[in-house]
Amino acid sequence: MEKSLLAPGHRACAGCAMPTTIRLVLDAAGPNTIVVSPTGCLEVTTTPFPESAWCVPWIHSLFENASAVASGVEVMLKRRGKDTNVIVIAGDGSTFDIGMGCNSGMFERGHKVLYVCYDNEAYMNTGVQRSGSTPFCAQTTTTPPGSQSQGNPRPKKDMPAIALAHKVPYVATASVAYPVDLRRKVKKALQANGPSYIQVNAPCITGWTFDAGTMIELARLAVETGLWPLTEYENGELTGVKKVRRPKPVQEYLKLQGRYKHLFKKTECADSLVRIQALADANIARYRLVD
Amino acid sequence: MSGKTANMKVVEGSYAVAHAVMCCRPDVISAYPITPQTHIVENLSQMVADGELNSKFLTVDSEFSALSVLVGVCAAGGRGYSSTTSQGLALMNEVLYNVSGMRLPIVMNVANRAIGAPLNIWNDQQDSIGARDVGWLQIYCEDVQEAVDATLQAYKIAEDKEIRMPAMVCMDGFVLTHVYEPVELLDKEKARDFLPDFQPDNILDPAHPKTFGAFADPSAFTEFRYQQFEAQQKSMAKIEKVAREFEEVFGRYYGGLLDGYYLDDAEIVIVSLGSVVGTIKDAVDAMRAEGKKVGLLKLRCYRPFPVQALRKALKEASVIAVIEKDVTIGCEAGLVTDLKASFYNSNIRTPIIGFAAGLGGRDITIKDIRNIVAKAEAARKGQQPEFEFLNLRTEIL
Repeated sequence: MEKSLLAPGHRACAGCAMPTTIRLVLDAAGPNTIVVSPTGCLEVTTTPFPESAWCVPWIHSLFENASAVASGVEVMLKRRGKDTNVIVIAGDGSTFDIGMGCNSGMFERGHKVLYVCYDNEAYMNTGVQRSGSTPFCAQTTTTPPGSQSQGNPRPKKDMPAIALAHKVPYVATASVAYPVDLRRKVKKALQANGPSYIQVNAPCITGWTFDAGTMIELARLAVETGLWPLTEYENGELTGVKKVRRPKPVQEYLKLQGRYKHLFKKTECADSLVRIQALADANIARYRLVD
Repeated sequence: MSGKTANMKVVEGSYAVAHAVMCCRPDVISAYPITPQTHIVENLSQMVADGELNSKFLTVDSEFSALSVLVGVCAAGGRGYSSTTSQGLALMNEVLYNVSGMRLPIVMNVANRAIGAPLNIWNDQQDSIGARDVGWLQIYCEDVQEAVDATLQAYKIAEDKEIRMPAMVCMDGFVLTHVYEPVELLDKEKARDFLPDFQPDNILDPAHPKTFGAFADPSAFTEFRYQQFEAQQKSMAKIEKVAREFEEVFGRYYGGLLDGYYLDDAEIVIVSLGSVVGTIKDAVDAMRAEGKKVGLLKLRCYRPFPVQALRKALKEASVIAVIEKDVTIGCEAGLVTDLKASFYNSNIRTPIIGFAAGLGGRDITIKDIRNIVAKAEAARKGQQPEFEFLNLRTEIL
């Protein structure tokens, strides 16, 4: 295997899906790539001055402006006649919430930038606070369960739909547990005539609390339950769906994670489990995950 | 002030500045509309549309994005330009710090305007004075010609290898952006010779992968800040040098860090910055004709704050009155507090009084300047408050 473009020695947690995700993305993109990242776990674990794990040019500016910075990089490369990949790699807090304005601008202006969101469904770098990506009922430090709460009261924001509403020509969801699929999607996205968006399910051991050895298994279960369908849209049309042979009950996925443990302790949470199963069932029907 | 020459044209201030920007050949112009900055970027977009200017013009989703885009442009080796004002500059605040911390020599024209609340679109300088600590060089302009010339100078100073700091060229909104006055537009070829292409040593380049914007822990953060501080200090000599080089090529000079008007024998010295300097000069002329020893110190460069040059220029004054269009809500105003601070450890013990004037676009008249001079005379005898809001309308309080 060739040397990875993300060097070992970074400071991410054992069992974190983020560095694996980055390596898969960079494997597919190759060395002729410039990466832009916002503030977050990725930035603090890979670039403690004077060290850097990045073997491609990499820039971090702020939490909410990665796509604007990437727009500037892309414009300059185009001006100089250079055919270099520009890839944003960002977490969900930056992508779904604070960076939304800049993301919308980049999508709408049509910059040829691949935006990869490693989605771990909360603000992990600051200590697991709820983001717009946090799923229904998940426990975070700002959506704790209690006598009046069963965790996060709202479903996850549909970010791919927001990208599609901007007529982003290539939009996909992917998973760290499906590396061949992720690499293929990155290559395809880089061929898009304009912006592209890939949202990768990337479990966080600290925020979700699971056994480090089960990270890939957990990510696979998200797909196999129907909670994280692997989809692909080209020019607004759904062109690819990863089929699920026999969908597993959502409880198999939920019970492995500390962030859902309250759902299994209280009888009044039974209804929430039913509602989460309904979300999975809706995905199964919408994307025809089962043949 | 520049002398009149045969090449002068009567144009709007915003057009003149846009023309100067064209002569600076930015790779990318990134802009979001806000009054009274709009005419500058509208003119630039027309120049691009007409093929007069070979820049990429990006219409972005906010001022925050406008400057963030330029972070990418500059890190990728391009010359970036934007312009903003007031609320827009405030919205950029986080990026302003970031740009100077990353040592990206971006230049912006700030069309100075009040910041709400209450909402107010008219001129004062609360916006850029309020951004004094972000690490950008700040040059203030008396008239349109100065804004034109300072724009070209700013790129040369900012991009200097020893400096590498961003710069704001501050011009009073409406008063200078929307005024039509005679201006000598820059000669494109002379400007090209004066300002060579931007050639940074470190850029985002896959052939030489480098990491930009790493985080620094307590073991190194102070040294990053120190280097910014040091670059600001070094820029003072560069600002003077570039002003003189500009004079050699274009024949105009208005001081580098500061300029004096009847300063040498002045007993009462007014210190101010921006377009009100023109009014103050008229008032000084009138009072000099009456035999009053009044003079003016025009501060051109507010950041870096030229402590030594100010001490030298003001050491003979017997009283100093600072007139500025900003308030540090909670402690007087920016220029007057900085000036007092820079004298404290010197042997200058001249009384200094400060005036927040012209806030939210209220006119400052020659009569007002005369009143301020009268107050300065009273201050010598300790009969004047240290700081006041000029022409406060107590009847509506």
